[in-house]
Amino acid sequence: MAATAQKRAGNGYVGQAIPRKEDARMITGTGRYVDDLSPPGTLHVAIVRSTEAHAAIASIDAAAAREHPNVVAVVTGDDLVEDFDGGVPMVWAPPGVEINTPDHWPLKRGEVKCVGDPVAAVVATDRYVAADAAEDVIVEYEPRPAVVDPERALDQGSPLVWDQFGTNETHQFALSGGDVDAAIADADVVLERRVVNHRTSGGAIETRGAIAEPHGDTITLTSATQIPHITRFLLSGMLGIPEDKLRVIAPDVGGGFGTKLNTYGEEALVCALARRLGRPVKWIESRSENLAYTHHGRDQIAYLTLAAKSDGTLTGMRVRMVNDLGAYQQILTPFIPELGFPVMGGCYKIPSIELHFTGVFTNKFATDAIRGAGRPEATHWIEVGIDQLADELGVDRLELRRRNFIPAEEFPYETPLGIVYDSGNYEGTLDLMLERVDLEALGREQEELRGRGVYRGIGFSTYTEVCGLAPSRAVGPQGVGLQAAFFESAAVRVHPTGTATVYSGASPHGQGLDTSFAQIAADRLGISPEQVEVLHGDTNQGPWGWGTYGSRSLSVGGEAVARAAERVQDKAKRICAAMLEAAPEDIELVGDSYQVTGSPDKSMSMADIALAAHVPPQELPAEIEPGLEESAFYDPENFVFPFGAHACVVDVDVETGKVEIKRWVAVDDCGPAINPMLIDGQVHGGITHGIGQALYEQIVYDDEGQLVTGSFVDYALPTAAEVPSFETGRQETPSPVNSLGVKGVGEAGTIAASPAVVNAVVDALKPLGVTYIDMPLTPLRVWQAIEAAKGEGGGPAASEQGKDVGEHGAGAAGSGPTHPDEGGAP
Amino acid sequence: MSATVRMRTLVNGEARQSDVEPRLLLVHYLRDLLGLTGTHIGCDTTSCGACTVLLDGEAVKSCTVLAVQADGGEVTTIEGMGRDGDLHPLQEAFHTEHGLQCGYCTPGMIMAAADLLERNPKPTEDEVRHGLEGNLCRCTGYHNIVKAVLAAAERGGAGVPEGSRGKVVEV
Repeated sequence: MAATAQKRAGNGYVGQAIPRKEDARMITGTGRYVDDLSPPGTLHVAIVRSTEAHAAIASIDAAAAREHPNVVAVVTGDDLVEDFDGGVPMVWAPPGVEINTPDHWPLKRGEVKCVGDPVAAVVATDRYVAADAAEDVIVEYEPRPAVVDPERALDQGSPLVWDQFGTNETHQFALSGGDVDAAIADADVVLERRVVNHRTSGGAIETRGAIAEPHGDTITLTSATQIPHITRFLLSGMLGIPEDKLRVIAPDVGGGFGTKLNTYGEEALVCALARRLGRPVKWIESRSENLAYTHHGRDQIAYLTLAAKSDGTLTGMRVRMVNDLGAYQQILTPFIPELGFPVMGGCYKIPSIELHFTGVFTNKFATDAIRGAGRPEATHWIEVGIDQLADELGVDRLELRRRNFIPAEEFPYETPLGIVYDSGNYEGTLDLMLERVDLEALGREQEELRGRGVYRGIGFSTYTEVCGLAPSRAVGPQGVGLQAAFFESAAVRVHPTGTATVYSGASPHGQGLDTSFAQIAADRLGISPEQVEVLHGDTNQGPWGWGTYGSRSLSVGGEAVARAAERVQDKAKRICAAMLEAAPEDIELVGDSYQVTGSPDKSMSMADIALAAHVPPQELPAEIEPGLEESAFYDPENFVFPFGAHACVVDVDVETGKVEIKRWVAVDDCGPAINPMLIDGQVHGGITHGIGQALYEQIVYDDEGQLVTGSFVDYALPTAAEVPSFETGRQETPSPVNSLGVKGVGEAGTIAASPAVVNAVVDALKPLGVTYIDMPLTPLRVWQAIEAAKGEGGGPAASEQGKDVGEHGAGAAGSGPTHPDEGGAP
Repeated sequence: MSATVRMRTLVNGEARQSDVEPRLLLVHYLRDLLGLTGTHIGCDTTSCGACTVLLDGEAVKSCTVLAVQADGGEVTTIEGMGRDGDLHPLQEAFHTEHGLQCGYCTPGMIMAAADLLERNPKPTEDEVRHGLEGNLCRCTGYHNIVKAVLAAAERGGAGVPEGSRGKVVEV
């Protein structure tokens, strides 16, 4: 593989930290995001949303709204019955498992099931008018009891979210390998922990938005989405529009983090309204709508059991997970908790593993994929669990990790669940990380600071994750049952002048693929990245593709680009050979020169060859088709498994409970770098996302199902002042799965980060008797854990086990973390 | 529809006159009336800073300023940061330091940073971090944004552009 890559290397742009091609428009304000577009005659939609968590809709009075000048239409669910062939579909059908899936129409009829449920849409000539008129739509509700706590929702006699299922349980799913019962019976130590991974928002700074434009019998939908092709496929079914009559465009998209990996009712709604009204219809989500009704993530309670020998050898793991899915199934909702299953043993050699998943309906909006999707949850409980086990055994937490790491020489490694980890060297990243962290000095510092009343803690996380969605045979209908395939596509067209356009089925929204794909193609074509334009995100342009999510775009989409470009290179060599009267196998690409082996003076540039391909100056052999364009569809043989080691240093103010991150060291391995600058950027952002969940962010519903965190005042994203500069390092262990050797890195930081923070805070507070705190580690929660430990005599047994303290994540004006003085600490 | 009010502003050096509803937000005036869509909207609560512009040379969140409050004033948006075809040092630095990913927060971040460097041309890292506290970014983890601002400060001349510090507009 490496030799092939070498042979294709051209000028060696791959591996260089080339600044991004994308930037020019974004730093000058000439990017084009969905709200920047308003075709002539655009109508604006404001959606009337439920203020109730669970209620019957008694009546909707839109008379006053219709009287507003410049209101074009007010519609309810009853008005649009004929407009939809189906609601938002859910695409997971695991063999032999029934998943309760209610109708999920763009506008609700009869009942609402969560705050934010759309009940009417106002269409007006102006966004202000639409908003005014929406205020005048009077909806009367008959409230029903709301179900909020997912564990109580499973109790006999709990109120039901959906009467027709007779239960709040959506489904159960289980996977196992090896004999966990025996491992537990024979264990010297059995650790049991309840670990809560709370509900979060994706927090893309651009909210969702969509514009549908009718043109005769076709509709163009421009939407802030990560998945234009999937969305066209699914909307075609929802709207009853032939796929070829629907064009979906993802313009510049202002971040996704999984939230735009979905097909939403509002996208279907604007299409239906545009079809009815014959005019462009635009809906731009407000931030409060986004926090209420763009899918949430996580929301899992995990009951973890780890079995080990007294020397620390792990022998078994059982995890029972209760996953709060909310009231609806979005396209992947019930699958997301399970998505982490390939790496639910982490980077450890655990001979027996049992996983039980229970999905639960509650009166909240649906959960679905948010950065990491299932793997942050799994990594959190395994990495927190390892630290807890180390304490239980009285062994060093890094030593315990080393003792259980899958050794580098055992890759490819098959887990008890039958998953094959492609490549790894966990000791390698841990050692590289420790080279940067002087543990002895840190330990001395910790001691010395404690003497002065400063509680410093060091936390670690050694993770592996699974990405590169994915081998269709593993996750598609013949595997775990997603009704999808996960190949990716690319087309490479070399123009007559020798510059090229790459069309990708991926749909980046910040990842920098315009640049990294250009680097990959440039090396293979023998031109420079500046001569390669990368296009994506338009179903009318380029081959069908599955989009950007799950850290898949480089290892699947990038490989497709490499393969298509190599096909072009092969054809270029044949044309060159014909022109130079040499054998095709004697033509080699050296830098940007196609030359006859051994006679470098006999050569052509790509520009020469491209011109010959389009305007042949002499007759070319009949077997060479005209033109210079190739495509490739690539479905990987296996997933790829990036990994790494992170260290987090915190200071905890024990008077206020405030956690400050002092230092972060991360060594990640995602295979050979295509563009190291982009990798570092992904790692920085990923870690900060994980820090956000660990310390500040939480979607909170109160006991009546009212959303408490409905704005960025209450839902606190970390700011520049809450995070340090990150110290990053890299190890490069190639994956054998693709020719580039690459793995993904978009989610790695997030997957690694949250347990490192929690382990650091627990490390800091150990002398006070605190042994565990559930996220988010808000000042109030940390302070309460300290007080609780004091109350229990400060002994090491004192613990804060997933106690619901009822307060919500951080949040104060200016988005800073809440100081207990503001947050109402006792 | 409420009555409109006549307002005059100098936007990126161009004199503009419009009749607007008194409730119209400055950000909608810039985006919807003037077509300057480089200024973005990310929240409704003055939290995210994506809509930051310079009003009389000072950074304001244009989702919390009424358009009429800019009457007689001078507004600079991201579209007005470059001069004579040259990028502003902050625009240049955001590019070279990889200070942006999806680009959505970038215009607001650059405007806030220009204001910061105008007031404090040689800030420390900590001062940059606290100075940008009102601007949210979900992609970069701020690391390279901070590097970009420090790099622009090092280069110098990275404050608010010449001629955007507010003068009475004669239209």
